[in-house]
Amino acid sequence: MAAAQTFRVLPGFRLTLGYTLAYLSLIVLLPLATVFLKTASLSAAEFWNVISAPRVVASYKLSFGVSLAAAAINAVFGLMLAWSLVRYGFPGKRFVDALIDLPFALPTAVAGIALTALYAKNGWIGQYLDPLGIQVAFKPLGVLVALVFIGLPFVVRTVQPILEDLDTELEDAAASLGAGRWQIFRHVILPVLLPALLTGFALAFARAVGEYGSVIFIAGNIPMVSEITPLMIITKLEQYDYAGATAIAVVMLVLSFLLLLLINGLQAWTARRTGRDR
Amino acid sequence: MSIQVRNIRKTFGDFIALDDVSLDFPAGELVALLGPSGCGKTTLLRIIAGLEQADAGRVMLDGADASGTHVRERQVGFVFQHYALFRHMTVFDNVAFGMRMKPRGQRPSEKETRTKVEELLTLVQLEWLADRFPAQLSGGQRQRIALARALAVEPRVLLLDEPFGALDAKVRKELRRWLRKLHDELHITSIFVTHDQEEALEVADRVVLMDRGHVEQIGTPEEVYRQPATPFVYGFLGSVNFFHGRVDGGNLRVGEDLLPHAPHELDAGSEVIAFARPHELDLVPDTHTDTGVAARVMRIHAFGVSVRVELEGLNGLSGMSSGQHFEVELTQQRVAELALAEGQNVRLLPSRLKVFQRNDAIGASA
Repeated sequence: MAAAQTFRVLPGFRLTLGYTLAYLSLIVLLPLATVFLKTASLSAAEFWNVISAPRVVASYKLSFGVSLAAAAINAVFGLMLAWSLVRYGFPGKRFVDALIDLPFALPTAVAGIALTALYAKNGWIGQYLDPLGIQVAFKPLGVLVALVFIGLPFVVRTVQPILEDLDTELEDAAASLGAGRWQIFRHVILPVLLPALLTGFALAFARAVGEYGSVIFIAGNIPMVSEITPLMIITKLEQYDYAGATAIAVVMLVLSFLLLLLINGLQAWTARRTGRDR
Repeated sequence: MSIQVRNIRKTFGDFIALDDVSLDFPAGELVALLGPSGCGKTTLLRIIAGLEQADAGRVMLDGADASGTHVRERQVGFVFQHYALFRHMTVFDNVAFGMRMKPRGQRPSEKETRTKVEELLTLVQLEWLADRFPAQLSGGQRQRIALARALAVEPRVLLLDEPFGALDAKVRKELRRWLRKLHDELHITSIFVTHDQEEALEVADRVVLMDRGHVEQIGTPEEVYRQPATPFVYGFLGSVNFFHGRVDGGNLRVGEDLLPHAPHELDAGSEVIAFARPHELDLVPDTHTDTGVAARVMRIHAFGVSVRVELEGLNGLSGMSSGQHFEVELTQQRVAELALAEGQNVRLLPSRLKVFQRNDAIGASA
């Protein structure tokens, strides 16, 4: 035993692993287990009735569909934001950089109220959109606006450090080999950024699915149209239907987990394909 | 293909990187741009490539003005000091990159690409690394792959920016011999930038010496080493001893000492700086004359074929300040004759002295 001992630079593998597991169990797994446990008080038929009610199903579609769309929008514009912050110098750059984190710091309800005030029919922006036949507040579009707002920092902050590390010499090299601007972006820059971009996408998505505060104000919560799944859970809770609330929560948990697992798998695949993971 | 640059000027803010530089690079030659860091050599190379735009002046490729064309239209192969390989692509994909980026009409088929890449990898002797990623290669291997990648687009000229700068001494020597051999096979007009004089003299057909945005001298390695045109070139190529003095008849007066000196055209009394290589100096015992510069032997390095002697000048030495440093190369026999010992006082006598007027001697003090 002693002969096979290996020396590590930093000791304490067992201690840290033990700590990690205990901590995760306490903080993450225990509450989640309670959700499943509480749900188990329902019979299978009751469970199915709760989670397949038309209003609830409509809310799944809205929550997951709009969250994915919001994350995708953030992936595109977050990348552009990160690009201009890393590559260009402009007056007020530090200010803009600080502004990006603001959706993190702002209480989400405040964001919701502000967005509603802007986009309501008589709001600053809403009054001009309404004659064009575009209604934002109290429609799924409003939910999208709120989710784009709260998800903004994730992609910017995950992509930014990778972009900073990316040597402009690579672009010079590609250009000297005859590649055009789009080709350089597509074949040289994007593959390097893709794993970070996917991480940012996954984070923005996860945040959007769980978001409650900013959405309920602007969504208007019209049944079958603009109700998000977290709202359905709250509604059940307000009716003291704890088992029903946790049943919907279980569906959300499982769906979110599967989607995140998929994104992680995608990320591992790109990393392997590009030789970072060998 | 020949390259001409005409009256190139480039500034970065207040800093003048290139000041009215004009140069000719004949077709098929391997030319070294040599100079200390900050002399503008890399900037000049990047301007020739089109990676940087000159403030004024023209770049002519094969006689045609290329100043207005983009780097991707110039068909130049560029090799970077830190390789700039695409780390998310295999060695094969890196080398194939240039061919795959061609417009659809000119793009070779995947089969032609494969043949060409294999050919190039064989040329750089790394065909067995095709499926590896850059991170799995050594520095020398990476630079050879970078060269193969640049050659894949059949460039009209090859530009190398400190290609061996990031490599250790042994690999560097190996690679520069290999580069010379490769150039002899391909005969593609090539320019490489370096701050290593040994590298430039050993590899290049022709050396361009640059300092502070100016061209100091152009010539074959032998010319620039044997007949340095300016004090800067004298000081930059090889180790050298210098004396500040004044012309005094047939002699140079250095402080209180006199140095005999061959006929020259400089006016009596003009301030000059004189250079002598270590092997162009002899030591004589100090016999209380004023012929030769007085110095004290500090260290004697007796290993090797010749003996290197380090000395400290006694000329104008006052109080605590240490004298000027001299280095002399003598034969073993001469050292024995003189019975040289550390701490001994001697006089330095040059067999050959190169004298420059003082006002243009600014660059040589380094």
